[in-house]
Amino acid sequence: MDEVKSTPWSGGRSPFNVEYGKLMMWFFLLSDAFTFSSLLISYGALRFSAPTWPAPSLVFQSFPGLIEHGAPLVFVGLMTFILIMSSVTMVLAVEAGHRNAKKEVVTWMLFTILGGLMFLSCQALEWNHLHGEGFWWGHIPTAEVLKEFFQARNNVLPSYAQQAMTSHQFANLFFTITGFHGFHVFSGVIINIIITVNVLLGTYQKRGSYLMVEKVGLYWHFVDLVWVFVFTFFYLV
Amino acid sequence: MSSETTNIHAEEAGHGEHETMTKKRIWKVFYILLGITCIEFFIALYLVPHYNTSGNASHWANPIYIVLTLFKAFYIVGYFMHLKFEKLDMALAIIVPVLFIIGLILVLTNESHYWIDLRL
Repeated sequence: MDEVKSTPWSGGRSPFNVEYGKLMMWFFLLSDAFTFSSLLISYGALRFSAPTWPAPSLVFQSFPGLIEHGAPLVFVGLMTFILIMSSVTMVLAVEAGHRNAKKEVVTWMLFTILGGLMFLSCQALEWNHLHGEGFWWGHIPTAEVLKEFFQARNNVLPSYAQQAMTSHQFANLFFTITGFHGFHVFSGVIINIIITVNVLLGTYQKRGSYLMVEKVGLYWHFVDLVWVFVFTFFYLV
Repeated sequence: MSSETTNIHAEEAGHGEHETMTKKRIWKVFYILLGITCIEFFIALYLVPHYNTSGNASHWANPIYIVLTLFKAFYIVGYFMHLKFEKLDMALAIIVPVLFIIGLILVLTNESHYWIDLRL
């Protein structure tokens, strides 16, 4: 009876065995996950209730600057590969941090930043391409261009009124959701640069732990995670 | 803050067999993610165009995409974000709230069925 309790929840230490800042990063990402799911689920509901929808294999079939038509999903495949790859270099940076290998952390962080910048450039090209075809917030292509993006059902194309309505929804949702994701990638790159500068200055070496690299790592992987869902629901489904 | 972090690391060291990400494991997860993505491309670029005779390949392809996406999410969150190696209490604190999203999906799926009727 007079024994002192020493269970994880009896106080005096973190019951989760996680440092405060890292736990708060997790909770922030949880809230961010809710934001992204609201956006994606609204997109799903609107698309599900629409009589027709622009076919992803027809809308996304160009590799900007190289192939104009007939290469569905190739460009977005490259973007997905770049982002997964930068996630790998991020874990490698965290792993190097565990061994206090400052030089390796810097190298992998620089690769991660490079991956983020490459992804953002690809997205800029993709947006520019769609914008060139006439898509933008509240804007859709002309009728002749627009009908190229719809698949005939029983050899009949959906009416122009239906095409125009769903294309407006598609354009607004596409630019809002990929834009919100791209903004996350952009802020991730900025945060990664700040952390890399701190690694170079030796801030974390003095502190004795590269926990900050782990925290930005969590954010960076989350950005990759969101892209996995955006990729499925905009480009595959 | 630095004393706090050293405390935690000392505790981890105390546990001895603390599992973590090794370089080998990182690349293994990368190949799994790459492999799943390749399967998705194979379905989207080969299976759907070739076996879409009835015009509604989405009925069988979409559930497969969603399951594969959830697999990828598991590997990213579990291994890259290290959640699989955190304490169970910690993992539950993150995962359980996410389950509420299923509720929103069910509600809005139901609602969008109703919108179809409104539009007809």
